[in-house]
Amino acid sequence: MAALVIAEHDNRLIRSGTLNAVSAATKLGGEVHVLVAGHQCGAAAAAAKQIGGVAKVRVADAPQYKDGLAESLAALVVSIAKEYTHILTPATTFGKNFLPRVAALLDVAQISDVVAVENPDTFVRPIYAGNAMATVQSSDRIKVITVRTTAFDAAAASGGSATVEPVAPAADAAQSKMLGQELTKSERPELAGAKIVVSGGRGVGSAENFKLVGQLADKMGAALGASRAAVDAGFAPNDYQVGQTGKIVAPDLYVAVGISGAIQHLAGMKDSRVIVAINKDADAPIFQVADYGLVADLFQAVPELISELDKK
Amino acid sequence: MKILVAVKRVVDFNVKVRVKSDNSGVETANLKMSMNPFDEIAVEEAIKLKEAGSATEIVAVSMGPAVCQETLRSAMAMGADRAILVQTEVELQPLAVAKLLHAILKKENPQLVILGKQAIDDDSNQTGQMLAALANLPQGTFASKVKLSGDGVEVTREIDGGLETVALKLPAIITTDLRLNTPRYVTLPNIMKAKKKPLETMTPESLGVDVKPRLKTLKVQEPPKRKPGAKVADVKELVAKLRSEAKVI
Repeated sequence: MAALVIAEHDNRLIRSGTLNAVSAATKLGGEVHVLVAGHQCGAAAAAAKQIGGVAKVRVADAPQYKDGLAESLAALVVSIAKEYTHILTPATTFGKNFLPRVAALLDVAQISDVVAVENPDTFVRPIYAGNAMATVQSSDRIKVITVRTTAFDAAAASGGSATVEPVAPAADAAQSKMLGQELTKSERPELAGAKIVVSGGRGVGSAENFKLVGQLADKMGAALGASRAAVDAGFAPNDYQVGQTGKIVAPDLYVAVGISGAIQHLAGMKDSRVIVAINKDADAPIFQVADYGLVADLFQAVPELISELDKK
Repeated sequence: MKILVAVKRVVDFNVKVRVKSDNSGVETANLKMSMNPFDEIAVEEAIKLKEAGSATEIVAVSMGPAVCQETLRSAMAMGADRAILVQTEVELQPLAVAKLLHAILKKENPQLVILGKQAIDDDSNQTGQMLAALANLPQGTFASKVKLSGDGVEVTREIDGGLETVALKLPAIITTDLRLNTPRYVTLPNIMKAKKKPLETMTPESLGVDVKPRLKTLKVQEPPKRKPGAKVADVKELVAKLRSEAKVI
C-alpha cells in the first residue's frame, strides 16, 4: 500500500498545503510518495525530498507541466495511478481543479475536503457549509482525496531523505493554454497558513475604508481576509475571500471586523482557535461564534485597537 | 452555438440544516429548496452569451426526482430555451452526474457546457471537472470572466493567489465562481412563458449509465460546538483578555 501526494508548487517552492496533505497521507499507514510535476522544477523537487515522512519523490519535468494545467497534470497522474492505493492533494484551487479529472479518468469517486482519516477507506468530510460532518466509506480500488489543509498539522519541511525518481511525461493533447496570471502582491502572510487573520466585511463600507482593516492586520502581523460581501462590493480582491466557497482558515486568532457572520462565512473560519468580532449590531450572528465580542463602531474601535496594541 | 447548463435543486442557501437524530443524514423535509446559487450564475452566463448573439440555444439539464422540474422551469424562466430532466430516485454522486451529463453531451453536442463550481449541499466541487475528463474536453473552472474568441474561449479563473486566464479550444467545460455575473430575477410573464417551453424526461437506464453510489455514508453528525463566548466592554478589555486569557497576542 502506498499513497501519492501531488505537490502544489511554483517550480521553485513547495506550497505549504502540500505539507498538510503529506501529513494526511502518513495517517493511512503505508509509504508516502510525492509527485512534483513542473518545468525546470529541480528546486521544488529538492525541497520535496526534504519533507518528513516521504519515501520517494517522483519528478516529471516537461514544458506542459509548467503551469499546473488540469488537462496535462491529470493525464500524468493517471499514468502512474495504478501503483497507488491513495492519491491525495491539498483542497486548494490547485487541487480542486485537477483532481476530479483524475478520479473520473480512473472511474472512481473523489472524496473532497477530508478533515479526518478514520481508516484507509473511511474519511470524514464537511457538508452543507460545515453544518454537518459526513463519515464516508469508499469501496473504490484507488481512493482519490483532497485534503482540507487546516485539519492536518503540516509535515516537517526539512529533515527527510526521500529518494528521487524521474517520471516520463504522459501524452499531452494541449487542450488548454495559460495566457497569464494576475497574482495579488502582498507583504503580509498568506491567508491559508497565518497565525492571525484579520478580515473585513460589508460594514467596512468602501475599498478606501478597507485600508483601516489592513492597518490592523499589519499591526498584528496578520494575514488580511474578507467576507464575500466585501469582495463582491469590490472592497477587496477575490483571493481574500474566507468562506464556504473561498478560503478555509483556522488561525490561532481570527478578528472579524464589520462582518455579520453569514453561514457561508462561518464555514470558512469557525475552526479558528480564538475568534474576535467587532460589529456595531449586537444581534449579528458572528457574536454567536465569537470568544470575544465587541459591540462598537469599527471606525472608532479599530484605530483604538491599533494604538492599544502599541502599549505594552 | 448551443450551450448546455446543468442545474441542481438544493436546500436554499439561507437555510441552516439540521442533522437527523438517527445520524443518517440531514433533515431536508419541508425546507425551502432553490436552484444552487452557482448554477444560477451558469444559467445567467449562458443567457448573456445568447443575448450577445454568440449562442443560439440554451438547454438546461437537471437530475433527480420529478420535483427537479421546478428547478428546470426556473432556468427556463430566466431564459433557457428547453430542458432535460434525468429522473431518478437514486442518490446521485458527482461521478454519476458527470456520466449522465456525458451521455447527454453525446446526444446534444453543445459547444459549451456551463456548470456551477460546486453545489452548496454536498460541497464536492467535482462534477464539471469530471465531465471534462470523461468527454476529453478542456476545462475552465472557477470562472470570473468568459470571453469567446474565434474557435476558442478565454476563461479568467479565481485562484488562491489572485486570477489567471486560460485559453481553451471549443467545445469546452466551464464552472462558475461568484463574481462571473449577477443572476437576473425572473418575472411573472417569463414564469408563465417557461411553463410552455419543452421539458424532456429521461432516465439513467435510458441513457445506459450506471449511477450506483460509490461512496457509502456511514453517519452524519453535528460539527463540534464552540463554547459560548462573551462580550467585552471596550477595546482595553479586549486587548487585556487577548493577552492574558487567550494568550494569542
